[in-house]
Amino acid sequence: MEQAVTRKKSAGTPRLRFPIKSPIAFCRGCLHPLVGRIIAENIEELGIEGDTVLVGGVGCHAVIVGHLNLDVLLPGAAHGRAPDVATGIKRILGKRKTLITIQGDGDAMAIGTEPLIQAAARGERITVIMINNQVYGTTGGQLAPTTIIGHPTTTSIGGRKSEEGYPVRTAELLAKLNGVVYSARGALNNVRNLQRTKKYVKAAIAKQMDDLGFSFVEILGNCPVNWRMTPINSVKYIEEKLIPEFPLGEFKNLK
Amino acid sequence: MEQKIMARGFEAIGWGALAADCQLFAGCPTGPDDEAFAWLAREFPENGRHFVRASSEVSAINIAYGGASAGGRAMVVVASAGWGLIQETMSHLVNAFLPVVVVLIQRGGPGAGSLRHAQMDYLAVTRDAGQGCYRVISLAPASVQETYEATQLAFHLADKWCNPVIIATDAIVAGMTEPLALKTIKFDPLPEKDWAVKGRGHQPDGIRRFLSSAQGFIPTRDFPTYLSFLKGLNEKVLKMREEEIRYESYELEDAKIVLVAYGYSARVCQEALLMARAEGIKAGLVKLVTLWPFPVDVLKKKARQGAKFLTVEDGLGGLREDVMLAVEGQAEVETVDALDRNEPGAGGAIYPGKVLEKMKKWEVPKVGSA
Repeated sequence: MEQAVTRKKSAGTPRLRFPIKSPIAFCRGCLHPLVGRIIAENIEELGIEGDTVLVGGVGCHAVIVGHLNLDVLLPGAAHGRAPDVATGIKRILGKRKTLITIQGDGDAMAIGTEPLIQAAARGERITVIMINNQVYGTTGGQLAPTTIIGHPTTTSIGGRKSEEGYPVRTAELLAKLNGVVYSARGALNNVRNLQRTKKYVKAAIAKQMDDLGFSFVEILGNCPVNWRMTPINSVKYIEEKLIPEFPLGEFKNLK
Repeated sequence: MEQKIMARGFEAIGWGALAADCQLFAGCPTGPDDEAFAWLAREFPENGRHFVRASSEVSAINIAYGGASAGGRAMVVVASAGWGLIQETMSHLVNAFLPVVVVLIQRGGPGAGSLRHAQMDYLAVTRDAGQGCYRVISLAPASVQETYEATQLAFHLADKWCNPVIIATDAIVAGMTEPLALKTIKFDPLPEKDWAVKGRGHQPDGIRRFLSSAQGFIPTRDFPTYLSFLKGLNEKVLKMREEEIRYESYELEDAKIVLVAYGYSARVCQEALLMARAEGIKAGLVKLVTLWPFPVDVLKKKARQGAKFLTVEDGLGGLREDVMLAVEGQAEVETVDALDRNEPGAGGAIYPGKVLEKMKKWEVPKVGSA
């Protein structure tokens, strides 16, 4: 009892001006809600709650979009097409509005490769946030284009073998395109990385607000249920296996 | 003041879109829609509209989806080769109740088929070509002037029903040059698009807008359950079917043979009709303006009066199926189709003489005889 009271007192997370709807519909130990929190805090700090439209992809990540009290598209049309849809909205609404898509790796980097890369190449003034959790979470944990070698999934039992290809490093890939002004990768495995990731997201949105070009942030998340791990072990897995394969940091930051 | 110009069908699509205040065009060039594409690339930015060079038809229709979500009037133009590519999003547009105008310039199929004209996508534009049960209004212009007017009407109907609208033209109508009178059509006023996303701070009520193409699965304000969504959609389809049937009839009163056609074939039939009447054949013509909804009642009435039907379509019998459904087995239905073209190459077409020839094969009472 005493412990619970102490915990409540020490809770350092400030209350947001615009509420996140609860209860949060995610599995136990899932880090996706933190992405929602990061986006919400940044939008609030930048003072753009009234000018932001979110476009959700298809997958667990889209639930984040449903929880935020902003104008939203959920899902933003068909699987993988969020950058196209955001392009159309941005063209109609103009420079003063902020368009953010929230997508998963199965959404953005598999079926959505075309809209993601082409919107980036066109330099569309939108921001894409992609959560990389290695698997198709919603459909039961199948192999995704980002799955690292050795990672077991329901369609690569015993771990992905190199005969089945290699994971795509999306942030590095997009950084090579001239239309992209900002590309970074963050992780959610500890508070330090969470704070860094928040800064990346803020920088990405700011680039859009400055009308400079396409901006992108990849965020390493988890999926305890489909990884068949406890939440604690899934966080350790990010540290030990994913970060060496997907280095964190900014790959492009044009002023 | 009304301005008169000479224009091609491709350009009439663009002129119509400008007149209808279309704000966004997204497209990807495929023969034979590429000429429309070039015109729009030049004229849209000059007139303060958005022209987006999409990487595929899939991308194009999704960019238009975005434009419509934000309350803008949006359009895509595809050739038959891109028709299949846009169907997933057509279905999503229907689910989300979003208005987008889709222009289909028909070419020969299946597969890559030919780069030239055809009318082979009749069933694809009158049924639900994407996943799920739905219907979409399909307009079929037969001249440059009609293309211009159909484009304006399409935007009005799309906004009126919050549903995509198809303009199913063909490479002959789109490619022909004819006089065009530029005149903006005044339609009945439509309600404000208060459902569009524009940032919560810009909504008059300060309440967020939530657009979803997963209605039925994700509960929305209008449709809390799957069944309520299906009911809502079905009611809309039935209402459209009741209210939006459009066709033109020629010499139908005493006709014993009724030609049914649309697009360039309807123009062919107008000529064939004159030839038939000159020879004393009691022929008439139903020229379809909407392919869906289909003018069932007028055909059924003529069938009951004992008329025979001749569908004329540069395809392989899509239209014939709808006529057979309409007449309910009470009349003979014959067809002049792509196999009756005048030459074996892709440039061949149906000529009026062929239609007359088929009519003559039927024993029909002459004008003046008992």
